[in-house]
Amino acid sequence: MSNYSYILLIPLLPLLTFLVLGIFGRKYFKTTAGFIGSASLLASTVLSFIAAKQYFFVDGKLNGVYQKIIAFKYTWLSFSPNVSIDMGIIIDPISVMMLIVVTSVSLMVHVFSLGYMKGEERFATYYAFLSLFTFSMLGLILSVNIFQVYIFWELVGASSFLLIGYYFSKPSAVAAAKKAFIVTRFADLGFLIGILILGFYGGTLDIGLLIERLTATQSAEFINMTTASFLGASMLTWGLSLIFIGGAGKSAMFPLHIWLPDAMEGPTPVSALIHAATMVVAGVYLVARLFPIFSMDPSSLSLVTYIGAFSAFFAAVIACTQTDIKRVLAYSTMSQIGYMMFALGISKLGGEEGLGYMASLFHLFTHAFFKSLLFLGAGAVIHMVHSNEMKDMGGLRKLMPITHIAFLIACLAIAGIPPFAGFFSKEEILTAAFHSNKLIYGVALFTAALTSFYMFRLYFSIFWSKESTLQHHHGEGTWSMKLPLLILAACAVLVGFVPFSNFITSDGKALETHIDLIFSIAPVGLTLIAISIAAYLYKKENDTPSKLAAQFGILYQAAFKKFYVDELYLFITKKIIFPFIGQPIAWADKNIVDGFMLLLGKTTAKISFKIKGIQSGKVQNYTLYFFGGILILSILFIYTWK
Amino acid sequence: MPILIVSTALFFIGMFGLFTRRNMITMLMAIELMLNSVNINFVAFNKYLFPDKLNGLFFTLFIIAIAAAEAAVAIAIIINLYRSHTSIDVEDASEMKF
Amino acid sequence: MNLSLLILLPIITAMAILFSNGLKQIRVIGLLGSIAQLGLASWLLKLYLNERAIGNTATYLFESNYPWFSALHINYHIGIDGISLAMILLTSLIVVAGILVSWTMDKLSKEYFFLLVLLSMGAYGFFISLDLFTLFFFLEVAVIPKFLLIGIWGSGNKQNSAMKLALMLMAGSALVFVGLMGIYYNTHTFDIVQITQIGISAGVQQFFFPFAFIGFGIFAALFPFHTWVPDGHASAPTAASMFLAGISMKLGGYGCLRIASLMPDAAHHYAWIIILLATIAIIYGAFATMMQTDLKYINAYSSISHCGFVILGIGMMNKTSINGAVIQMVSHGLMTALFFAAIGMIYSRTHTRMIAQLGGLLKAMPFISTVFVIAGLCSLGLPGFSGFVAEMTVFMGSWQNPNGVYRLATIISGASIVVTAVYILRATGKTIMGPISNEHALLGDATWNEKLAAVLLIAGIVIIGIAPFLLNALIGPGTDNIMLQVGKAITLK
Repeated sequence: MSNYSYILLIPLLPLLTFLVLGIFGRKYFKTTAGFIGSASLLASTVLSFIAAKQYFFVDGKLNGVYQKIIAFKYTWLSFSPNVSIDMGIIIDPISVMMLIVVTSVSLMVHVFSLGYMKGEERFATYYAFLSLFTFSMLGLILSVNIFQVYIFWELVGASSFLLIGYYFSKPSAVAAAKKAFIVTRFADLGFLIGILILGFYGGTLDIGLLIERLTATQSAEFINMTTASFLGASMLTWGLSLIFIGGAGKSAMFPLHIWLPDAMEGPTPVSALIHAATMVVAGVYLVARLFPIFSMDPSSLSLVTYIGAFSAFFAAVIACTQTDIKRVLAYSTMSQIGYMMFALGISKLGGEEGLGYMASLFHLFTHAFFKSLLFLGAGAVIHMVHSNEMKDMGGLRKLMPITHIAFLIACLAIAGIPPFAGFFSKEEILTAAFHSNKLIYGVALFTAALTSFYMFRLYFSIFWSKESTLQHHHGEGTWSMKLPLLILAACAVLVGFVPFSNFITSDGKALETHIDLIFSIAPVGLTLIAISIAAYLYKKENDTPSKLAAQFGILYQAAFKKFYVDELYLFITKKIIFPFIGQPIAWADKNIVDGFMLLLGKTTAKISFKIKGIQSGKVQNYTLYFFGGILILSILFIYTWK
Repeated sequence: MPILIVSTALFFIGMFGLFTRRNMITMLMAIELMLNSVNINFVAFNKYLFPDKLNGLFFTLFIIAIAAAEAAVAIAIIINLYRSHTSIDVEDASEMKF
Repeated sequence: MNLSLLILLPIITAMAILFSNGLKQIRVIGLLGSIAQLGLASWLLKLYLNERAIGNTATYLFESNYPWFSALHINYHIGIDGISLAMILLTSLIVVAGILVSWTMDKLSKEYFFLLVLLSMGAYGFFISLDLFTLFFFLEVAVIPKFLLIGIWGSGNKQNSAMKLALMLMAGSALVFVGLMGIYYNTHTFDIVQITQIGISAGVQQFFFPFAFIGFGIFAALFPFHTWVPDGHASAPTAASMFLAGISMKLGGYGCLRIASLMPDAAHHYAWIIILLATIAIIYGAFATMMQTDLKYINAYSSISHCGFVILGIGMMNKTSINGAVIQMVSHGLMTALFFAAIGMIYSRTHTRMIAQLGGLLKAMPFISTVFVIAGLCSLGLPGFSGFVAEMTVFMGSWQNPNGVYRLATIISGASIVVTAVYILRATGKTIMGPISNEHALLGDATWNEKLAAVLLIAGIVIIGIAPFLLNALIGPGTDNIMLQVGKAITLK
């Protein structure tokens, strides 16, 4: 086995950057912080590509199967001889693939931010946070221990909090950051309990060992875990479902998705990094990482499937009605992640049946590029227009030609038009769905059509529609902003041709896949129809959309209001938890518990007030008591003396 | 037992004086009366119960000595009280109340 | 090393403070004294590790034993294990930080610093005692200064708070004393080592355990005897709050731990009550915190919740959970001290602690705000800080117990991490973030002494957070010994 220890540098470089910029940035690197951050990340990216080349093409394979290699492992906190939290680095196909995705998207975002965030007061802090996030995300994907995943999971959440709340003086940004953290924290509780269950029954927290033990149907751990049950479900189902809830929280699956649209309050490059390509797919990655265990338990897998499919559809419907371009993109992210989730859910372990697994990760891979491209493009637009609202845009294609082309490519890619990247991955997902569950296939197909509709609605509203009213425009921005767009656009075209199934499959063996042209007719045809509808409605400014909206009435309103899920949450927290749990407890503490203690004190004081009259200060009273006492004592002695 | 009757009477006269009089000198005198009644008892019991022993008499001597010391202390207190309160009425010295 | 130095040094410092004049002299002496304490504690750590490295497996190291009042078998018996050493390190760190944040205390400064140093002396004496009577003696030494510190230098309804705190802690001491007497009349010794050898009969344990445990529990904010915590912390001056939360509440936790190991049968017998109370404290404290509007009250109530984890860990009675309880004590001490320091710094500048009147402080005072955020993130259990390690260890330990009800208790306590996130982010969002008011925009940032205090505490938090194996290795032998006692109890049954 060759040496992979240099991989340790990949996460450590951003950590170092974070420390340097976080501590000294404000003073010494006020303007150069961006270059420092980008340079260190460039080094990480290069190392990632070297690692990928070494793993995929040189020595990752053993007898035609990609191996899991533990490059580094250190016991961080030991609970008992068997159970410990280890920090380590795992090298296997999905972690290497994620390395590539995270470092390259992060690099693009770093470079883009050089122009986008120029002149910000807290420029160095921004780069420090970006580095922190990149470090945490890299740590997450390289985890060998399920608790290590949880640790970096939380760190990712916290750095996301810091980045969303970057514009800290804006109350809406603060609220959004809080919401993102709290909602995902709530999901993390599920994750934590899931870990506790798996760790208890599996007798270890090491992912490799867990998989080994819980996939062997004869092992004592597996038998224990499937026979022990609670509320009618086996502990295996409970553990996995709870872990999936954690994943669903980070990946913004229904009903834990409410934080994602609000998270768009952060700077746009941040949305591109965190809420498009990396953090939000952590849930998918988690399920994929534990997929061998999931595949032993059909009930939790079907939970994954249905939550994923419903989220994909639900988000697509909402995305059709939103007017804030970043929110449209946010819902589209949610919808695409739903795709990845249900693709995992319908998959099985190994062979042809494992197509869904490969398709899901393929989609994760392609999606990372075109979605971050979309966000960065939206960022460029917002940078120019200084607004997030569609109505403030229109006709920008002449003012921003490069952004326009890049955005168009991304839209085509996400819509699944051949030969753009999204086509290939989406085809695989649809094929997998077709072969395992027709209902899911139908939902997926319809969602695909919706996706292309709202993406092109977005595209036409930004770049076509009415003529631009911008008076003084200052160009498209610096090269540091255009270059990432171009690179990502090239990726959005090309990454579809990567022979993904040779590298990443559920069992590590290469899988033969082919694009069936006849099968592709339905999705591509539907997509094209949807695009033409969007073009008809939005290419020229007209009033058909508003008429249509009025016709759909309640349905449109409901979708526009995001089906009132936010309101439901607000109702539960503001109207139920705060007044019916929080306030009574606070009241009870002041009045009942503390009141009881005070009552003790007051009663003592009262009694002493009552009996203080005995101390009259009159000598003769005291004498009287004295003699009285003697009298009583003598009587007692005389009558009880034996 | 006329002697015992005398001593009991003496004791209760002293007690009565102690409770009813406010003048501290009088109270002191009342206390002396009570002590003397005890002395009488000691002497009487000694004489009739244990004529060959002198314990009761010694006790009496002790008590007389203590009574003398006590009178000295008490009068010193009373004089001090008079200096600060210009009165030797116990009712006036109620600073120790509560 | 003679452990009595730990007591002697504060006494010398206190005497030197009495004979010096003026704030400038006094604070320098206080600082030097506290730094010497820190140095002494660090040196002790080094010696301790050396002893362990050469294979000394004795339960207590550096023991010394002098008769103090031999008629009643009271000895001045001192010695440390890893747990007490961790507490000593915690105390010395907080004392330095506390002296540093009181740098400009000009009201009766001589008395103020004297009392702070006296309190630290009580704490050291408590942690090194191996004799229950001296343990009790030093517990009392640590109580009285608190009453004065709050009553004289406090703010708000200070007399009432000081009185409430002193009375409740005294009641706790009284209960402890009853428990200790119970032990004494059955073993005829106060010596912890001897008591563990002799053993106490199960019936006696069951009768006297509640007294001693609840007594120490009052110090550790055991529900429902926690009500001195919010008022006491809120009224106390900054350094006193830090000492109170960082040191005094640890006296209770440490005492509970020792009592549980001395009377393991009863601890098992009453485990379900302990766990019930701890769970209530955790979740109840968290919800109560959510409704507070005063920063100090927020931190005080959150202390109730966090100290619940200490009690929970002790109640679960296994190695991992007790390890977790000890780590949580250290972690909570550092974190709350840091939090109170940050609140004190904010209060001394803005003269308000109500979150509604604050906002956007990050703009005016970036350093203090960062400290505040770090304390908050540690409190909500972010990995990389000590809070995470402590809470997770407690959870892992609690989960080992396969009893369904205990599992439920673990899950409910786990739910508190969500509520914690809510209240911490609420406080952070309202005070540190958001728009800043005009009058606050011009306020200055931390001074060097405040920075040094914060950096010291943060260093402690981060070291535990990223290298928990160090602390784990330090306290490991101590908890092993406790588990040995607990194991005896189980085999006896």
